[in-house]
Amino acid sequence: MSKAVSALGGVTWTDGIATVHEAPLQGMITVRGDLTSKGVIKAATGATGMQMPAQGTANCNGTKGLCWMSPDELLVLCAYGDVAQVLDGMRAALGDQHGLAVDVSDARALFRVAGKGALEVMAKLAPVDFRPSAFGHGMFRRSRLAQVPAAFWMQEDDAFHVVCFRSQAQYVFDLLKAAGQKGSEVSIF
Amino acid sequence: MLILTCPCCGQTGEETEFHAGGEAHLKRYGPGSSDIEFEGYMFMRENPKGVHFERWRHVYGCGKWFHAARCTMTLEVFGTYPAQTLSPPQELRDKISEKRPGWSWRDFA
Ligand SMILES: [Zn+2]
Repeated sequence: MSKAVSALGGVTWTDGIATVHEAPLQGMITVRGDLTSKGVIKAATGATGMQMPAQGTANCNGTKGLCWMSPDELLVLCAYGDVAQVLDGMRAALGDQHGLAVDVSDARALFRVAGKGALEVMAKLAPVDFRPSAFGHGMFRRSRLAQVPAAFWMQEDDAFHVVCFRSQAQYVFDLLKAAGQKGSEVSIF
Repeated sequence: MLILTCPCCGQTGEETEFHAGGEAHLKRYGPGSSDIEFEGYMFMRENPKGVHFERWRHVYGCGKWFHAARCTMTLEVFGTYPAQTLSPPQELRDKISEKRPGWSWRDFA
């Protein structure tokens, strides 16, 4: 079997107002179904040990997490190497209840944007209200970064996790670098 | 610029996060309908200066369709409501009446 690699080989950029780092391969499983149904809840919480996230939020810890994507979609995060095993467990938990769990790890790229300027970098690229009163820890947002879809959340202070399609990873990396150029602080926050 | 709140996922964003889906509450006339009915369904649209009802899709967000009521002149958004309905909710109509007394749109007022 060929060796799995992340989209940009774990590239790091530190030459700006925020650092941009492509995270190592991250296990991602899309769950479609009724998020209030017992089977879906059991599958998702059992796979990660996390509680079900409320609308618009994510419960993440390390490489594990549950992210609320839409009224009928959940993103399950787990270690990349565990995906097959986690999927087996989830499908068993779902049983014959209506629902779908699929490995999408290799369809995505994950970035970490960190540092004092991280908030500004994100605010330049997404049409989202990033004031601390409107966006903070535990919240999960799907939107766009310039011209492509992306989802993001803050797992720690001054640090965003950004998920995008793998085919758009280079574009997103370049965007983040451009928005994070030295001397480009807007100092709005 | 329109600021829309998606009734499906609760997120508020500006219009570039969404995609406009044309006029709301159209009744489809397909095979077996008269030419006049089909023409009306296919081509006849409101073009109001003021209160208007549209379909929107939260294309960069949860991906769901929903309805929005807004003013075409001031771009004020009166409210959004789920796609699974044939008419704007009464609560929203009352709200519009407060702001635009005497408004009407097709058979709604
Ligand atoms: Zn939405």
